[in-house]
Amino acid sequence: MTIVSTPADQARRTRLPTQPVAGPLRLRRHRRERVIAGVSSGIAEHLGVPVLWVRVVLVALAGLGGAGLIGYVLLWAFVPATDAGARRPDTARDRQQAVGLVVLGAGLALAGGALGTAWGGWLTGPLGVALVGAGVVWREADAGQRTRWRSGAGMVVGTGRMALLRVLAGIALVTSGIAVFLLNQGDLGQVRFALLAAAATLVGVAVLTVPWWLRLMRALGEERRARIRTEERAEIAAHLHDSVLQTLALIQQQSDSAREVRRLARGQERELRSWLYGPQGYGRATQTGTGDTAAASAFAATLHAAAGEVEDTYAVSMQVVVVGDCVLEEPLPALVQASREAMVNAAKHAGITEVSVYAEVEPGQVHVFVRDRGTGFDPAAVAVDRHGLADSIRGRMERHGGTVTLRTAPGEGTEVQLAVARRKGGEET
Amino acid sequence: MSGDRDIRVFLVDDHALFRTGVKAELARAGTADPGVPPVVVVGEGGSVDEAVTGIGHLGPDVVLLDVHMPDGGGAEVLRRIRPERPDVVFLALSVSDAAEDVIAVIRAGARGYVTKTISGRELADAVRRVHAGDPVFSPRLAGFVLDAFAQRPGAAPVGDPELDLLTPRERDVLRLLARGYAYKEIAAELFISIKTVETHVSSVLRKTQLSNRYELSRWASDRRLV
Repeated sequence: MTIVSTPADQARRTRLPTQPVAGPLRLRRHRRERVIAGVSSGIAEHLGVPVLWVRVVLVALAGLGGAGLIGYVLLWAFVPATDAGARRPDTARDRQQAVGLVVLGAGLALAGGALGTAWGGWLTGPLGVALVGAGVVWREADAGQRTRWRSGAGMVVGTGRMALLRVLAGIALVTSGIAVFLLNQGDLGQVRFALLAAAATLVGVAVLTVPWWLRLMRALGEERRARIRTEERAEIAAHLHDSVLQTLALIQQQSDSAREVRRLARGQERELRSWLYGPQGYGRATQTGTGDTAAASAFAATLHAAAGEVEDTYAVSMQVVVVGDCVLEEPLPALVQASREAMVNAAKHAGITEVSVYAEVEPGQVHVFVRDRGTGFDPAAVAVDRHGLADSIRGRMERHGGTVTLRTAPGEGTEVQLAVARRKGGEET
Repeated sequence: MSGDRDIRVFLVDDHALFRTGVKAELARAGTADPGVPPVVVVGEGGSVDEAVTGIGHLGPDVVLLDVHMPDGGGAEVLRRIRPERPDVVFLALSVSDAAEDVIAVIRAGARGYVTKTISGRELADAVRRVHAGDPVFSPRLAGFVLDAFAQRPGAAPVGDPELDLLTPRERDVLRLLARGYAYKEIAAELFISIKTVETHVSSVLRKTQLSNRYELSRWASDRRLV
């Protein structure tokens, strides 16, 4: 290695951050490692901790009035599942452990309920039975979806007699749970009992069909996203066709004139950049929706546009950097005009291909610096008939209470510094 | 067959055509001046995986890193290789003008940022400079940093003044960088030594990477990179 570095460099380097960068890791349920629905292994991978810890915590929470159970069910419903990315197949020991924990969790929840904790009582009753039944059906529906993905067939539940049996058992559990709950309500009149029974049946059906509702919603969301993607692609294609392809065709026609090719390429580059990154361009419009402020904070945009015109006319490249932005109000249009004149001078007389333009908007005033590394000149020796600097820049700036400072000498490049005070109470953007 | 003084460069870009162009430019401009260490391209990678493998294997001095690539781009390369190779210096090279891209890759650990329109001679110079431990700020990057550290009315309160504010001198240096001045010219302008200019720019780089200012973390998080 030939690293040349002083101790100070070393110290500087070691102080640098050691990657706070995290990829877009979304929480996913892992079907392949699941015992019930894969929630625990999904959480474990997301947090980077052993799956056993997650299960133990969930079991402990289940003891607290069933909080762990509720959390589990919610995660099951709202976290999408994946078949990919499983870390390793479960060992038999792991599974045994997990099943044991599930039983323990259920036991804890029941015990908590039986002891009469504030809101755990419902778990011991028939509703607990209904919940277990619903769990069995949902798990089968999960498996059914996986089969559907694999085979492409429209299966609702998993294939095979066992799966069917499990679903039927689940339905039976839910039904009987709700029925017992109803019967326990005791002294109800005929009419009220019928109403309640009808409502309970509806609830039962709703609970059993939760997986299908969720799937329907997800499918709708996916379809909507696909449509947005298609529209976006169409917009990009249309834009590229109108701009980039046209310019490329022009460049092929003009290929014998280097100057013209450079001019076309620069112009197209500028246009594409403002479309991609500009305040009103493609990238911004969808992200932040700041269309209103973009229209109002016109100073930066106007200066960029002026630089673009000069670039187009004289085939030089303008590096424009603007810090801050504000509304284009008097006297700023004059400042932009004067800056433009300075850019034109640089492009015409300096004999260079690149001009740096830097503007900074401060609360009290606005500065613009136009700089080239070209031939420079002797300000005292400028011919009297050259009015550009005297009239267009100095005169204009002075009429608006601004100042012009010129730094140049033959062979040293030129920098025109323009400054003007902002009107009181100007709007910052 | 690179000599002792050579600065060994690894090139990461998913466009083969662009890699060829940079190699040709560096071959011409990187060894032209006998007074400074030659810049030699020792390897290249066209994807994040290739880059991580190649950098880990070759241990170059400087990596020229494209910002936009499939599978996470330059920031992903930085994330995966920097813990393993903390001595390798990264210089980002991109056509992008978006603050999100520039700031994100700087905060991921790059020591500088130049645009792809840079000439071969300037690129070789930038490589030498990051290799010597100094950051390389393009005028645009200087502008973004000034913008991010600007004290605007109604801005969020400053959490850690040491990291969240620039000193007046650092601000002066950044302004001149944004105006297109070279370090040498900045030193002459501010009546300080080039070494002092470098110290100021290093300090600004450190703040840009570590500060929790809202603007910086927002730009970085727009690329999911906080």
